[in-house]
Amino acid sequence: MKRDETLLLAHGSGGRLTHELVRQVFLPAFDNPYLRPLSDSAVLAELPPGRPALTTDAFVVDPLIFPGGDLGYLSVCGTVNDLAVAGARPLWLTWALVLEEGLQGELLHALVEGAARGCREAGVALVAGDTKVVPRGKGDRAFAITSGLGVVPVGRDLGDHRVRPGDDLVVSGPLGDHGATIMACRHGLSGAGLLSDCAPLAELAETLLACGAEIHAMHDPTRGGVATACHEVAARSGVRLVLEEAALPVRSETRTTCELLGLDPLYLACEGRTLIWVAPRHTARLLATLHGHPLGAGAARIGWVESRSDTQTPVRLRTAIGGERPVDLLSGSELPRIC
Amino acid sequence: MCLAVPMQLVARREWDGTAELGGVERQVSLMLCPEAQVGAYVLVHAGYAIATVDAAEARKTLAILEELLAEDVPE
Amino acid sequence: MRTGGAFSDRTTVEALVRRVAERARRLERQVTFMEVCGTHTHAIAACGLRRLLPPRIRLLSGPGCPVCVTPVDYLDRAEALAALPDVIVCTFGDLLRVPSSRGSLERARARGCDVRVVYSPRDALSIARDHPSMRVVFLAVGFETTVPTVAAVLAEAESERIANLRILPGGKRIEPPLRALVADGEVHIDGFLLPGHVSVIIGADAYAFLGEELAVPAAIVGFAPADILLGVAELVQQVLDRRPRVANLYASVVRPAGNRHAQELIARFLEPVATRWRGLGVIPDSGLGLRAAWAHRDASRIEVAVPEPREPQGCRCGEVLKGVVEPPACPLFARTCTPDTPLGACMVSSEGTCAAWYRHDRAGAGTAA
Repeated sequence: MKRDETLLLAHGSGGRLTHELVRQVFLPAFDNPYLRPLSDSAVLAELPPGRPALTTDAFVVDPLIFPGGDLGYLSVCGTVNDLAVAGARPLWLTWALVLEEGLQGELLHALVEGAARGCREAGVALVAGDTKVVPRGKGDRAFAITSGLGVVPVGRDLGDHRVRPGDDLVVSGPLGDHGATIMACRHGLSGAGLLSDCAPLAELAETLLACGAEIHAMHDPTRGGVATACHEVAARSGVRLVLEEAALPVRSETRTTCELLGLDPLYLACEGRTLIWVAPRHTARLLATLHGHPLGAGAARIGWVESRSDTQTPVRLRTAIGGERPVDLLSGSELPRIC
Repeated sequence: MCLAVPMQLVARREWDGTAELGGVERQVSLMLCPEAQVGAYVLVHAGYAIATVDAAEARKTLAILEELLAEDVPE
Repeated sequence: MRTGGAFSDRTTVEALVRRVAERARRLERQVTFMEVCGTHTHAIAACGLRRLLPPRIRLLSGPGCPVCVTPVDYLDRAEALAALPDVIVCTFGDLLRVPSSRGSLERARARGCDVRVVYSPRDALSIARDHPSMRVVFLAVGFETTVPTVAAVLAEAESERIANLRILPGGKRIEPPLRALVADGEVHIDGFLLPGHVSVIIGADAYAFLGEELAVPAAIVGFAPADILLGVAELVQQVLDRRPRVANLYASVVRPAGNRHAQELIARFLEPVATRWRGLGVIPDSGLGLRAAWAHRDASRIEVAVPEPREPQGCRCGEVLKGVVEPPACPLFARTCTPDTPLGACMVSSEGTCAAWYRHDRAGAGTAA
């Protein structure tokens, strides 16, 4: 399917057009030995030693192409990152698309190129895919659904069960750049520095896990931002998290976008950042490692873990002026405010 | 009420302008603030400039703040 | 450029808090100050300011959240309009989840009604331009900060002959409720923190009646923590001096006469009308309706069946809005009425008193300063 063509229902019906789509667009972009047979299932090599890790995700984004990425790149990074923060080395991805009839070829090519770039950067292979085309009006141009398979090496054990009072909370970079960029696009804000933070974190994760710091858990603060990720950890670990407002790294473009639209960076999605719960004696070492890595610029210690009694709120913020307030779970989506 | 943010007017074409802050730009209407000049700071609300920022007055308010801070207070 | 800007760091704020406390020591009794601006309510809650104030100073939130004071029948009408097949309702995000008698605009959208969140009234104009066969209704809720932007859009619509844009008038003026609150007397208000951005439009002189007629101290302030503390300090001083006046502490953008262009545009299209405020009842001249000449822009003239308005049982939003009770006194607060499941407007709006309280002051939320 050429860039100047339009997607037809027939592209998803399994016939000649589907065939052409797969062979002329998808296969060249993702080429690897497991995909090449184009069989019903990708038969893979034996897994390296360790525990397999499997994740799945659905991706919906508007606009489909944004500064710093696109649906394709985002879907690969998001899947890779879910594996990486679990301590798994990502190996193989699947990629299923539900596309709307009438989608421009230009756009589809952009998404495919984005996904291919993501795979190259993350060092993963896209081994199986599927495409369905729905009638015009029945789908919002494109949705991507993925699964990712990786392996947690022997001896590695990351997770909320290891988070304990006294742990420090570190973020690998500034908050909310992806969410802010998306909102900016939707509401007429522009700027050269408005850029999603979308990036694959597998290599960074491995670097951090190898630096000698005792890392207990990692989470990528995607939908709902850092606040949501903290709530999830607090709930699963039964602890209390305290965040330090003055320590939260936020880029000026994101801060301005938030001010203009009445948003809070704590609730905006990041697609190329990770939160790290680390034993406090190793925080300095962890930060030094992060700062030495291109994806760790702007990393900072943003809070710590305390024990929690039943009546206490699970996540709190020490405000920049010395006040304190709870950080609540998001009710509904972040909406731009006028008041 | 309400959310309004001071931004710098970096371009203007009749009733429309481009306002900038912290690397972010927005088109704003100058219908409510026709006297705004390029280079000035304007207060932006709901896509409109609603006032120009008077730096001299801002300094006066800062002076009031500083006066208050200078008051003797037992620690 | 904001007054507070560089001066809202922790050191400055701590120093300001000490000075406020020192001044407050000279007060003979506890004083009650009220802010009447949702953005102030939100700012105070977001930075945890209330806890830093000395017990002699009680800071109340008044009816300053335009979402919270919008009566439920406005939302019912908006929902009914949204259900019409040829109508696109455009609204600020603030209104989307406010409970109506039977649902909300968000639920209406989920049911298939065309409801769109916009950041600026100009977005509604663009939508009207792009959909000439649809009637586009903009929910014009807000105080005098926002009202001129709506008037400006109507002016643009007129000059471009975009006939399919209408507004559902819901704008409000700040002066009448201020008078009503003082006259009401249920809560004795020792001073007002006045809304900085409304003041940009109406001007500092518009509040002269507070000092001259009603002898109530007042200070126009901006929105950074230091701005608010500066205002509180000023109000305490006015109380101590027994010299009520209107102090303009946001003079960088608030002029004595306000924004003349904005005022003229408002007057061209809108006129004061009696309107109902949730909690305060009907206040004469407190709303802004479309002048008869612009009846063709008035969405309230569209024939539509609106259900009997229904407020949630036990909801005390009204009293909360007047500062008569604090949110925990409402039987629904933090029990059945939470930000996740809001029953009253004070909870659903992020700057509503109850939402701000829930976020900042509920039990177990933290230690006192």
